Amino acid sequence: MQIELAHYLLLSAVLFGIGVMGVLTRKNLIVIMMSIELMLNAVNLTFIALARYSANIEGQVIVFFVLCIAAAEIAVGLAILIAIWRHRGMMSIDSLKQLKW
Amino acid sequence: METILFTVLAIVSILAALLVVTSPSPVSSALYLVVTLFCLAGFYVLLAAPFVAAIQIMVYAGAVVVLILFVIMLLNLQQIEEKLPVGWRIAGLTIAGLTLLIFFMMIMKGTSLLPPLVDLPESFGTTKQIGTLLFSKYLYAFEVISILLLLAMIGAVAIIRKPTSEGEIDAD
Repeated sequence: MQIELAHYLLLSAVLFGIGVMGVLTRKNLIVIMMSIELMLNAVNLTFIALARYSANIEGQVIVFFVLCIAAAEIAVGLAILIAIWRHRGMMSIDSLKQLKW
Repeated sequence: METILFTVLAIVSILAALLVVTSPSPVSSALYLVVTLFCLAGFYVLLAAPFVAAIQIMVYAGAVVVLILFVIMLLNLQQIEEKLPVGWRIAGLTIAGLTLLIFFMMIMKGTSLLPPLVDLPESFGTTKQIGTLLFSKYLYAFEVISILLLLAMIGAVAIIRKPTSEGEIDAD
């Protein structure tokens, strides 16, 4: 069986879905951030697969930029988590409901 | 050979991703995340992107996960995570399932439009080719990204800075 582009797209759809599941069903902020990383990686896989199958290198350059954004995001995100931990003493989304209603 | 590698990597990455979002302890979540990221690096090698695979392992498995583990250990997360109410969890699972279903339908509908496997030139995906593109066509984006990384670094330091005893941020 030849591996087609559709297989890669289906795989990254599954990984993205798992990431969405993690964001929507967990309470721990660190696990939620890891799920967001999972979703970013699923999108990266789509970019690389499309770059390979359309023989266009620019998809890989975009992935390079996405990786940079992800690194910046995780640095600032974890800093915010530590600040929340200092203020509220917990690492749950319950600590962030002031703006809820 | 490629098919076997794809199948194995796909199964391992999906299982590890499921464990990331379901395992109760954040430390094991982070370790399963490393497994998923390594599998994705394997896919990148299969897809003729060795440079991106190397970057993936260095930045993600090397830096990001270490940062996450560092924060988990720094904060000493002992308390057990309480679960969301069942209604919310069912709603979340439904939304995730619907997302997946929409993606599946889009891919299935468009299968005939997808390009077939083409032969690649010898230089495809090498560091040289990507570097040339980065420093010519994408030079502006590259510079903007470097400023963004600097800002993120300064921002992270500014956010975690301890307030002084009066409860104000130390200004100097």
